[in-house]
Amino acid sequence: MSYTIAEKILLAHTANKTIKPGEFIEADIDLALGNDITAPLAIEEFKKAGFTKVFDKNKIVLVPDHFAPAKDLRSANQCKILAQFAAQQKIKNYFEIGCMGIEHALLPEMGLVKPGDLVIGADSHTCTYGALGCYSTGIGSTDLARGFVDGKIWLKVPASIKFVYKGKLPRWVEGKDLILYTIGEIGVDGALYKSMEFSGPVIRKLPMDGRFTMSNMAIEAGARAGIIEPDEITWEYVAQVTSHRSQVTGKKAKGKSKKPSTMDYRLWTNLKSDADAQYDKIYEWDVSGLEPVVSCPHLPSNVKPASKLGKVKLDQVVIGSCTNGRISDIRVAARILKGKKVKAGLRLIVIPATQKIYLQSVKEGLAEIFVKAGGIFSTPTCGPCLGGHMGILTVGETCLATTNRNFIGRMGSPESFVYLSNPAVAAASAITGKITHPGEV
Amino acid sequence: MIIKGKVHKFGDDVNTDDIIAAKYLVSTDAKELGKHCLESIKPDFAAKVKFGDIIVGGKNFGCGSSREHAPLAIKGCGISAVIARSFAAIFFRNAINIGLPFLESEEVDKISDGDELEIDLNAGSIKNITRDTVYKTQAFPGFLQELVQAGGLMKYIRNRYCR
Repeated sequence: MSYTIAEKILLAHTANKTIKPGEFIEADIDLALGNDITAPLAIEEFKKAGFTKVFDKNKIVLVPDHFAPAKDLRSANQCKILAQFAAQQKIKNYFEIGCMGIEHALLPEMGLVKPGDLVIGADSHTCTYGALGCYSTGIGSTDLARGFVDGKIWLKVPASIKFVYKGKLPRWVEGKDLILYTIGEIGVDGALYKSMEFSGPVIRKLPMDGRFTMSNMAIEAGARAGIIEPDEITWEYVAQVTSHRSQVTGKKAKGKSKKPSTMDYRLWTNLKSDADAQYDKIYEWDVSGLEPVVSCPHLPSNVKPASKLGKVKLDQVVIGSCTNGRISDIRVAARILKGKKVKAGLRLIVIPATQKIYLQSVKEGLAEIFVKAGGIFSTPTCGPCLGGHMGILTVGETCLATTNRNFIGRMGSPESFVYLSNPAVAAASAITGKITHPGEV
Repeated sequence: MIIKGKVHKFGDDVNTDDIIAAKYLVSTDAKELGKHCLESIKPDFAAKVKFGDIIVGGKNFGCGSSREHAPLAIKGCGISAVIARSFAAIFFRNAINIGLPFLESEEVDKISDGDELEIDLNAGSIKNITRDTVYKTQAFPGFLQELVQAGGLMKYIRNRYCR
């Protein structure tokens, strides 16, 4: 049998001797994740079904990040449910304010996910870790409750679609543009129930942060996973995050914090799709002529070149999220905003995704650049991306965000408008007050 | 199981933010969530639903977030089943896991708002009483049938470990 990387990882986590797309399997998970919106429901289901002890306290991660720091009384209660469950079950990987970050930036940074893992998360953007060569997928609260019970998940083996990116990435074009372009080409259900595999020479040169951005948005094409075969870049990243102590807490990363060995690396480099693996489709694109692109309201697939949207006036710009809140995103935005001023009347909200990124931004003087430009620099939170808090839009307002969804009412009023872009376009647009190609400022 | 109800028709790509906006995700109570079901795209929807009514959507129904609050809100407002051309993968598994009946059909375009339907979940058939026609659909494969018959994932798991 020949397999894609997705199929290889799933096969390694089941008792089955072989697997094929369309089959239902029961798989053993390496990690289960929940947040302040999804975990309370999972905990309720777990208890309601009469279970009292989780299968493995080291394989569960709880991160209050969506409405945290608690935006109101009811969200404070939801965060408390997580804290109490973590204490009661002795779950080590519970991240309270102070060590908390946006889950999909935090888990890789803490060295909690590694190539070849099977990760489930009660959050649709769990597909982010596919960038490390994991099979990592979004599930619901009841799935998470079941994962708490026996560390297993039911899955339908997805067929795979391969995306080969060729050529050379032009200036200002980033991982975000590659994935938005891809979703624009195939549509929001273009990979429905499939596993996307990102490959080709452009991906091989793409830094980890850009890879995370791409895998993060696989769900916006309907995919179960968005996987990149591990390589030297992956190895260096994993070695780095698992070897040093956390700069924030001074404590060694908990859980799977063992520094990867050369043997790990050899195993990971075997995590490749077979040459004769079966794909539903293979797309090959030369991206040398790609410009920075923007998703227009109200679907991520409504993609247009940033340079053609100069008439779109903005009330708010948000730079952050599990999609684009990593240090390289913050650096790009700061470089553009250095010595400049945000357009009068426009609100610029910059949110580094984790405490480590926050601290690094302060050390490098990036936070100062945003504040001097007239923007704000916030503690990590998912907040505005899902219309939770920290930047809600009212009737008739327009926002350009480096986030992942622009559905009707996503960031607040059903009569507001959300555009999605990379951090460079967002920073340039904050200066001019309208959607702007970064080459213009 | 036979379900009978009046149709509330929706288009393609109805997403989980449409079904239940994030601002309401401070509750896990189906009834409370149900009051705000689909309110950003049809503000009077929850008020108009009669117990047992059926949602008919287009392709990719339930795309977006993993929030299980979405199928819970649909159940909580009194909807008995959802029919769509296709379902987003997480919504699909959430609906199975919590026991919200749903069916996929290629013929959703032939169904109009206000039509009266009769669904036989076991046979996988949809009868349009208003138009006196029957639509094709596919019954769930064996494993999913087991989950549905157990009454959802947690009951299925309980049967396995707590017998």
